[in-house]
Amino acid sequence: MSALLPLRLSEVSFHAGGRTILDRVSAEIVAGPRTLILGANGAGKSVLMRICHGLLSPTAGRVQWSEAETPGKPRRQAMVFQRPVMLRRSALANVTYALKAAQVPRAARRTRALAALDHVGLASLAEHPARVLSGGEQQRLALARAWALRPEVLFLDEPTANLDPSATREVEAIIGAIHAAGAKIVMTTHNLGQARRLADEILFIHQGRLAERAPVEAFFKQPASAEAAAFIKGELPWT
Amino acid sequence: MRFRGLSGAIMHRHSYLAPKTQRLASPDAALLHADAYAEPKTATIGGRPLNAIAEALLGALGLITAWDAKLVEIVALSLKVSLSAVLFATLLALPLGAAVAVARFPGRHALIVLLNALMGLPPVVVGLVVYLLLSRAGPLGEFGLLFTPPAMVIAQTLLILPIIAALTRQGVEDAWIEYQDQLRSLGVSGVPAALTLLWDIRYSLVTAVLAGLGRASAEVGAVMIVGGNIDGVTRVMTTTIALETSKGDLPLALSLGIVLILIVLLLNAAAFLVKEAAQRKYG
Repeated sequence: MSALLPLRLSEVSFHAGGRTILDRVSAEIVAGPRTLILGANGAGKSVLMRICHGLLSPTAGRVQWSEAETPGKPRRQAMVFQRPVMLRRSALANVTYALKAAQVPRAARRTRALAALDHVGLASLAEHPARVLSGGEQQRLALARAWALRPEVLFLDEPTANLDPSATREVEAIIGAIHAAGAKIVMTTHNLGQARRLADEILFIHQGRLAERAPVEAFFKQPASAEAAAFIKGELPWT
Repeated sequence: MRFRGLSGAIMHRHSYLAPKTQRLASPDAALLHADAYAEPKTATIGGRPLNAIAEALLGALGLITAWDAKLVEIVALSLKVSLSAVLFATLLALPLGAAVAVARFPGRHALIVLLNALMGLPPVVVGLVVYLLLSRAGPLGEFGLLFTPPAMVIAQTLLILPIIAALTRQGVEDAWIEYQDQLRSLGVSGVPAALTLLWDIRYSLVTAVLAGLGRASAEVGAVMIVGGNIDGVTRVMTTTIALETSKGDLPLALSLGIVLILIVLLLNAAAFLVKEAAQRKYG
């Protein structure tokens, strides 16, 4: 099996309701480093990520994986959303559901799901109904569900935006562990502290355009674009 | 102006419905009906006269507590017909509602409006259509179903199918809006997605099915037309109530009314408890 990455975006634009959400974004996302898409609310980060993951089609431009996914075959990428979406079943059943969708043989599902729950510290809550878990627990469950799929690429759309600091720390640790296990991490955030903590490289989006792309140290030390400099300056007092 | 037009239409519908039902119930229904109330039969307990309502109520309670054979037969047939109709309508309406919620096809919006509109389908019209289909000269006349319980099941199934389908469509669509990104991310779409959503809102669907059952067990027009209200064959609770009231046998009519209300009440209470428990458990 050849690799899904790199992902090439060429001149990707997205228009909706007469507004330009994304304006000719071109980038190559390669295997390895944790890529953080940074930008203000409404900059177009989530739309960019959804286009990468195939939930939205760009109105112009091309999204090209190194090896195109075939419909009907299990997906080799997963996504964790800002608000976790859980089915009305147990935590364990939510993970095995995803494994079934990924065509994992029935016999292997339970063990694999329990292992994933264990990785995120939810083993003791495996039989609990997923939707009555706390927000932090649900987000960890969403991470376990994604992790169990062993994706080559994991997209995360502001996964800690609704969480308190301690739950945020847990989620960030899990993301680190998933990366260490070999998955490519692509994540959006508007939080500079989080970007510093988690990123290897930054894609800075400003008003629908890719304003800057840089390794994390260079980005924070010496932002090349005026927009990024202003964002870092404006954001700092609150992080 | 709009309101006047609307209320005119409603009044027209009522004035059309009422005489038709009565005429079917009994040719001289109006006359008997008037008699029963003009001169209420008087009974006494301890020398004090009881009015017709109290007397009917006592008689009704007597019939119910005595487990009257005729009463039981009528209640049993009613439940058999309405529950069968609910079963068939549910089997058809859940996939239909889920498909309309999840699939995207031309004419989808028109279909949604149509389904919603058909929720208010007048039972007599359904009865009339099924009557035409099943009558000897009709396209399905050869099966000889008219004036049999299966005909009543068919009519009630058609009557409540849109109700269950429309409520299912609404529930599945709300769930789809919440889940679609996650499901598509997992590579789940089409029929598996629809089944996942149906299962996920299973406790809300109880309400949809119950709405259908309530409608089926309470309607009189459709079963009256296609069943014919034949004693011991197609006589159900609602048609009996209509007939016995016009004949003046108020105890039987009232006892059936009480049973009907009790059944509907019990089913709703059970469904409420199931839903509450599920909501607490699954969120």
